[in-house]
Amino acid sequence: MPRNRFLAGIAVLSLLAAACQPSASQSPAAPGGPSEGAEPLGGSISILATWTDAEQESFLAMIQPWVDANGVEVEYEGNRDLSTILTTRVEGGDPPDVAGLPNPGAMAEFARNGDLIDLGDVIDVDAMLADYNEGYIADGTVDGTLVGIFIKIAVKGLIWYNPQAFADAGYEVPTDWDGFTDLVEQIRSDGATPWGVGLESGADSGWPGTDWIEDFVLRQSGPDIYDQWWQGELAWSSPEIRAAFEAFGAWAADADYVAGGPNNVLSVFFGNGGDCLFADPAGCYLHHQASFMSGFFETNFPDVAVAGDTYDFFGMPGESYTGVTQSGDLFGMFRDTPQARSLMQYLVTADAQQIWVERGGAISGNGAVALDAYPDDTSRRIADILTSAEVVRFDAGDKMPAQMGRAFFGAILDYIQNPANLDQVLSDLDAVQAEAYGN
Amino acid sequence: MDLGTGVLAVVVVVGVPAITVLYALATEWVLRFLPERGRPRLRPWLWLLPAFAFLGIFLVYPTVYTVVLSLMDRRSEEFVGYENYVDLFGQQLFWQTIANSVMWLVFYTTITVAFGLIVAVLTDRVRYETGVKALIFIPMAISFVAAGVIWNFMYDFNPEVGTVNAAVGALGGEPQAWLFEWPRNTFMLIIVGIWMWVGFAMVILSAGLKGISTELLEAARMDGANEFQVFFRIIVPLLAPTIAVVGTTIVIVALKTFDIVWVMTGGQFDTDVIGTLFYEERFTNRDAGAASAVAVILLLTIIPVMLFNIRRFRAQEETR
Repeated sequence: MPRNRFLAGIAVLSLLAAACQPSASQSPAAPGGPSEGAEPLGGSISILATWTDAEQESFLAMIQPWVDANGVEVEYEGNRDLSTILTTRVEGGDPPDVAGLPNPGAMAEFARNGDLIDLGDVIDVDAMLADYNEGYIADGTVDGTLVGIFIKIAVKGLIWYNPQAFADAGYEVPTDWDGFTDLVEQIRSDGATPWGVGLESGADSGWPGTDWIEDFVLRQSGPDIYDQWWQGELAWSSPEIRAAFEAFGAWAADADYVAGGPNNVLSVFFGNGGDCLFADPAGCYLHHQASFMSGFFETNFPDVAVAGDTYDFFGMPGESYTGVTQSGDLFGMFRDTPQARSLMQYLVTADAQQIWVERGGAISGNGAVALDAYPDDTSRRIADILTSAEVVRFDAGDKMPAQMGRAFFGAILDYIQNPANLDQVLSDLDAVQAEAYGN
Repeated sequence: MDLGTGVLAVVVVVGVPAITVLYALATEWVLRFLPERGRPRLRPWLWLLPAFAFLGIFLVYPTVYTVVLSLMDRRSEEFVGYENYVDLFGQQLFWQTIANSVMWLVFYTTITVAFGLIVAVLTDRVRYETGVKALIFIPMAISFVAAGVIWNFMYDFNPEVGTVNAAVGALGGEPQAWLFEWPRNTFMLIIVGIWMWVGFAMVILSAGLKGISTELLEAARMDGANEFQVFFRIIVPLLAPTIAVVGTTIVIVALKTFDIVWVMTGGQFDTDVIGTLFYEERFTNRDAGAASAVAVILLLTIIPVMLFNIRRFRAQEETR
């Protein structure tokens, strides 16, 4: 499921950032914690989240000032199979105090089942609105109740390219939709391959394609259609969704436009999907992926990949509409303890959010986190895309019911394998939609 | 080993025998209150009681509970009758899953047993038997997950990574996407299972083979039987009980298949089997009712195989 989809990338990214910036990560401006002056809370708190290794260290660093100020003993458990473990523990009557939520779809299910604590009583939402875009509150709200907060954000739908290869071929970064499609056609007519795409991701294979569809729906048909779509009010076979699939397939299912042809698209691991950017001569010129992709570039090509020099990005331009898609790591509260309340209050603060931002690998949804806090120019520009966008939408596939999201992954694979079969693919999705939203 | 593990070890080594002895003494103490004639009849049941309790708690109760859950809604709150089953039977995905499981059942079982038998018979005659058998048995020691990862590389579309496509290329063929097209992808997954379990079939069958008296084979050859006749008329019938045991074991493995499919395709490209369908219903769709229904169907398909095994075992005991 989407829960793990970009964690590997973020882990790599944050590891690198941490390695490059030891001084920045070791001396965050230590805040006193939210309950300064009050009696230390003491006691303990159990936390379950998906972060392990470098990400776990970053999270623990993020909560360390709170731990120091309150003297709470932290029992942290990081597990990549978060969804299964959390579901089992919640249903078994033994939930952790606070936990990462696999995705908004799972969050909604937990909330409707009465498992999540209403954060409206815990966090001062009005004060939060001063720092956060309304969208972040909305994305953590189920049926009018705030149940989830964002620990960090990833920006989706960035177009990665190799500035050196662009300079050699005389290409320029497009600024609008027409320029963007013209560039793709120009690369094609120059006898080169425009796109590098990789959809393989184990049991979650296909998800990078869902990001493409989401970006097309948002840019072609606008945020209203986008919302109706993930809410299950718009059929998959409707012209808007069909157009998005066709736009994706015109590039990703056509051997003239994508490196290695459709079979390669299906079998290449998503983390290697942009490798062709670095080939000489260039195997591809463009790669569509979320902000964590730089971590894969740095790992796959440690000697070649240099941010701003051999790899860079531009935001996918708007077509009929402009907008940005994002995803993020949500956190919820399963037990109402003083420690859990205090931690949730702390986690939304700019002081807390800034710690992970400085360590690298995270974009904060908190507008009070200064752009200066980002460890490098690339992440600063990514954060800027997010904060300056008028329309921001959460990854639609992640917001759909889990069954729908999984069918979406499979549909991407089926479609790339056999683009002529689009009618069947979409009507199968309609059938799943009828079932998945009914529950 | 930390302190806790050490204490646990002591408890297990000392405690388990101690409790066993205490339990035996306690049953004797209880029996003293009964009339003397009834004691011998009651004693075995008292001794069996702990085993029955364990079976009841860890086997019977979960099974019954699963059947109950399969008749309730996705959150196990309301009784819905056989609706979960009707839903399942109405889904194309379910029949796809059944088709794949049947493919596993038929091809995985027959090919594994056949290969195991062939290897066992052939290696029986050669000096380097032990070495060959060890080599073939090695994959058995690898976990299904690791095997799935290894074979994902083997099947990789890029001939520079994928051994299979490199071999196809060397023979002048085009690289193939082995795991994308049904039914070929299910066969490709079955091959991984065969690779792992032929060693098991071979070892058991080989042991059975050693039990066949060479005099019998010699006598057949003296009477003019050729090697094929010896194999099909003497060895196979004599090995039949062993083949049945190996076969039923592998049938159960085939029906329980999960890891290989989950690691290699995640059930995509129409490769779902009963095991992965159960997982998806339970943990992806979070539908306890549908998941339990799938589990019950799996149980129902395995029961006849187990009954067959038990009857076979009894028949064998009687002839002894």
